[in-house]
Amino acid sequence: MTGVALVAHQFRYDQKAFWRNPASVFFTVMFPVVLMLIFGSVFGDKNVNVDGGVEATTYYVPAIITLSVISATMQSLAMSLVIAREDGRLKRSRGTPMPPWVFIAGRIGNSIVVALMMLILLAAIGRLLYSVPIPWERVPALLVTLVIGAASFCCLGIALTAAIPSQDAAAPIVNALLLPLYFLSGIFIPDDELSDGVIQFANHFPVRDFFEAFLHAYVPATHGAAVDWGNLAVVAIWGVAGLLLAIRFFRWTPRSG
Amino acid sequence: MSYGETEAVRGIDLEVMPGEVFAFLGPNGAGKTTTVEILEGYRKRTGGEVSVLGEDPERAGRAWRERIGIVLQGGRLDPYLTVRESLGLYAGYFRAPRPVDEVVALVGLEGKADERARRLSGGQQRRLDVGMALIGDPELLFLDEPTTGFDPSARRQAWDVIAGLRDLGKTVFLTTHYMDEAQRLADRVTIISAGEIVARGTPEDLGDRGDQATTIRYRAGGREVSVETTTPVQTLHELTGEALARGEQLENLEVTRPSLEDVYLELTAAADTVPAEVAE
Repeated sequence: MTGVALVAHQFRYDQKAFWRNPASVFFTVMFPVVLMLIFGSVFGDKNVNVDGGVEATTYYVPAIITLSVISATMQSLAMSLVIAREDGRLKRSRGTPMPPWVFIAGRIGNSIVVALMMLILLAAIGRLLYSVPIPWERVPALLVTLVIGAASFCCLGIALTAAIPSQDAAAPIVNALLLPLYFLSGIFIPDDELSDGVIQFANHFPVRDFFEAFLHAYVPATHGAAVDWGNLAVVAIWGVAGLLLAIRFFRWTPRSG
Repeated sequence: MSYGETEAVRGIDLEVMPGEVFAFLGPNGAGKTTTVEILEGYRKRTGGEVSVLGEDPERAGRAWRERIGIVLQGGRLDPYLTVRESLGLYAGYFRAPRPVDEVVALVGLEGKADERARRLSGGQQRRLDVGMALIGDPELLFLDEPTTGFDPSARRQAWDVIAGLRDLGKTVFLTTHYMDEAQRLADRVTIISAGEIVARGTPEDLGDRGDQATTIRYRAGGREVSVETTTPVQTLHELTGEALARGEQLENLEVTRPSLEDVYLELTAAADTVPAEVAE
């Protein structure tokens, strides 16, 4: 098989394993949907005072899509790669003629496809239940934003595995990093409820940059340009840094046992 | 070949012939896994020469990996892929794989081909693991402690699979800490203890240690008596003669030659003093 065919081959099996794993389906797919329903029902009649004021549901649809993209990429990859590494599955695959980049590319492809599906699913829920308009004229901008964000958070997830010593440590470490950032970056609590100090702090991390870029792409009233290149560039720089760390520190052999 | 501060193995000199089942036998911590990982290309050595299928594993590339199969010690499988899918995934990695169904049959998992790995027993999972190492139709197969932790029937089934590999003309490098496994499967055995080779030969040669003492055991006057002798015929004659003269029985009389197990335990007794840092 050529490199590309081999990536497609790997991707096909990664998809099967992903959808059969109840933990990945729950945390990556169901959990954002449940959050969307909760925020939509609780804050449905409120307004959020962001960039001139938008309805709360219009704010939360891109917010929860942002969360679901990070969850499908950084969170899901970090957890599944650590589990595979400690199981000896990464080591076994390194004993075959398959080039290592094929394996990683298959996993990244899997994450990006799941992220795209979450975009479609959550946008549809937002439209049907909360009448949040889908910005059809901005679909290319949304896809550019999502793919740059998803790829960057994949790299960060792969880099993060180097800091996770065992399967048991994977979920606590990933959640300890991401959950506070979701709160501080305006994903759970809207911008106008957060103090300037909190937002300034969150601005140091890519969750905030990606959220802003995605909000601006999704809600035309918030920002002039469809593609928010400024915020996306920051996300991409984080992604490249993650990639370099991953190349340097990623390991294929179990750390424990 | 060192590992951390401690030299895990030293002065190891091995030669494995094409088509043979070679057992690398030793207790836990003897340096077996360190050695096999150097041969598989997973671990760098600090000294010495290694040639596997004509190449240095540290520098060997994809073409070399097409020719070897590896079953890692205690490696687990993707729990959500079926037997057939796991084999199909790995088949895609190789230029000329064996047909998936043929490998399913080789490892005796016909009835479980569409079962997800998580539903297989430990023995079945390890047989699937062997199948994944066989899917590329390798010339050389590494099996690192393939039956550790198995119940007797699962071991017997794994042994049948490994014995079948020889019939396929594969060269098998088997590491194990079970004497009976080496005896049952191997053409040649090399015993390693505390990082050094202590014996080598065919299983029969290793057992044939003529200079070893024979043990005579019996009960007399309510006590267990055990006599070690290198002249068993003479000693036995004297013992039975005395007993007859006294009109007594030698209850539970037993004459035993050292078993392979005894030879192995004696050879590897030094392993008790191995420092804990040694690999494995």
